[in-house]
Amino acid sequence: MIFNKNLKNIFLVIFTTLILSACSTAKKSGNIDGDVYTGKETVKYLASGVPDRVFFATNKSSLTTASRATLRKQATYLRKNKKLNVTIEGHADERGTREYNLALGERRANAAKDYLMTYGISGKRISTISYGKEKPVNPASSALAWSQNRRSVTVKVN
Amino acid sequence: MKKIFFSLVVYLISINSLYALIEVDITRGNLDPLPIAVSPLHVDIKSVEYEGVKVKELGSNISAIIEKNFKNTGLFNPLKKEAFVQKPDIAHLKPRFEDWRLIKAQALVTGKLLVKDGKLKVEFRLWDLTAAKEMTALAFTTTPSNWRRVAHIISDKIYERLTGEEGYFDTRIIYVSEEGPKSERVKKLAIMDQDGANTKYLTLGNELVLTPRFNPTNQMITYLSYFRNMPRVYLLDIETGKQEVVGNFPGMTFAPRFSPDGKKIIMSFAEDGNSDIYTMDLETRVVERITNHSSIDTSPSFSPDGKYIAFNSDRSGLQQLYVMRSDGSNVKRITFGKGIYGTPVWSPRGDLIAFTKMRKGRFYIGVMRTDGSGERLLTENYYQEAPSWSPNGRVLVFYRETKAGSKGEGFSATLWSIDITGYNERKLTTKTDASDPSWSSLLSK
Repeated sequence: MIFNKNLKNIFLVIFTTLILSACSTAKKSGNIDGDVYTGKETVKYLASGVPDRVFFATNKSSLTTASRATLRKQATYLRKNKKLNVTIEGHADERGTREYNLALGERRANAAKDYLMTYGISGKRISTISYGKEKPVNPASSALAWSQNRRSVTVKVN
Repeated sequence: MKKIFFSLVVYLISINSLYALIEVDITRGNLDPLPIAVSPLHVDIKSVEYEGVKVKELGSNISAIIEKNFKNTGLFNPLKKEAFVQKPDIAHLKPRFEDWRLIKAQALVTGKLLVKDGKLKVEFRLWDLTAAKEMTALAFTTTPSNWRRVAHIISDKIYERLTGEEGYFDTRIIYVSEEGPKSERVKKLAIMDQDGANTKYLTLGNELVLTPRFNPTNQMITYLSYFRNMPRVYLLDIETGKQEVVGNFPGMTFAPRFSPDGKKIIMSFAEDGNSDIYTMDLETRVVERITNHSSIDTSPSFSPDGKYIAFNSDRSGLQQLYVMRSDGSNVKRITFGKGIYGTPVWSPRGDLIAFTKMRKGRFYIGVMRTDGSGERLLTENYYQEAPSWSPNGRVLVFYRETKAGSKGEGFSATLWSIDITGYNERKLTTKTDASDPSWSSLLSK
């Protein structure tokens, strides 16, 4: 059994390596999966171990497994700090029309809000605001920058 | 911004529309622009000084603006003054047609002006040099400080006479002025004449402002402001500077435009993350919901008769263009081409919809018929969007952004225009970086 498990792991490693080596430059950095940012470069923390933001794929507002894990940490943190209210800022990358991006940012902020609510955080404690493409965290015009800019960020209000 | 009256518009000195006179065809790209001589307007020696106006140079300053307007259309080729063969005052009385023909001019503009008693009197004539005929003539009186508008109005009259279409020179463009590094842009509402003169800022830059649009009489603007960090649609009276929030919505409102009669504002309202289209009547304050769909519905634009609305939705999965009746019924998707589409804007003539198309990492401005057929892409670039129509439906203004380096360096936002023929693409002069342009209708109509 143990041998089998090890073998499985080895295969997994080989498989992952194959995928990575076959991928574009963006993925070589190891910070983008699909086109969702997975790195830590721009991330800030609400508290130790509680990242403030989650990232999205182009034109999408669905939460990835990693995003859901981050938001569960935020929910735990908010449950412990009952007097704390937050604003969730929704953002888009610069590669879309301004008005659609405002709507997309709104949808992303609300995707994060809804998830926090399913983990017991009252909607009254969470406001949302969309900035569309207006406030890039990374001003570069590159796939990496765009993936870092497609985000929703939870910000403490009080 | 003062409202300007042009008194005594128009007494026609004489008009000869019975003859087969020169004509400029603007329906196709003009590769052979009409050679036109714009003689400096003769300044009457009885003219007196007027504060803030260089009266002696007024004649040549006005003709220089007319020349620039003509050159920018791509339809005319204004000839160099050095070649001119007659003094302005004499040419205005009766041009020696054969001499002007020698310098290859086909049309000639002459005029004279008088500044006296605090008034500017202007008169101009347009001559067909081939037929040796006067084509049109006009005289009017205004205050001398309006001299730039005089030049634009003369340009409009000549354009109209030669092309058979209304002009678009006596107009303004409202836009968002941008300054500062890419991730900390300071944005202000700005307004300028269509030729880039008379720039004025309407907000101070304390809050983010986006997407300003004129009402049909050009006195009001609707736009998005992040005042107090609450993104809402606002209304601004240009003359009084008075601002107010449009409606009492509990969330973000955005993407506003006026209805063609100016009585309503149509916009998106985001509720629980979902954006739908609403209208609000400015007089009765009645709010109507126009779309009700779980997808993003935004960028609404009325047809000029007010009966239809074009809008942007991702209900099919990706951004596409749709048209519906103004009550929200009979929704039809009109784009099926490869790529995704945004920012539909109905032409003031009613026959076309301008749009932004995104495909394979490139951005296009294009036009199509209102049922989605006859798509024509006019210009391709790294990033460009948000077309706005000239009042005669012949030219589009839009904005372009450049690719930035790793620290945001090299980024710029600029205004551009292009004829719907796909010809005559040119950059507009603005004092700062600029985006989100919106073209007014003719100011003196």
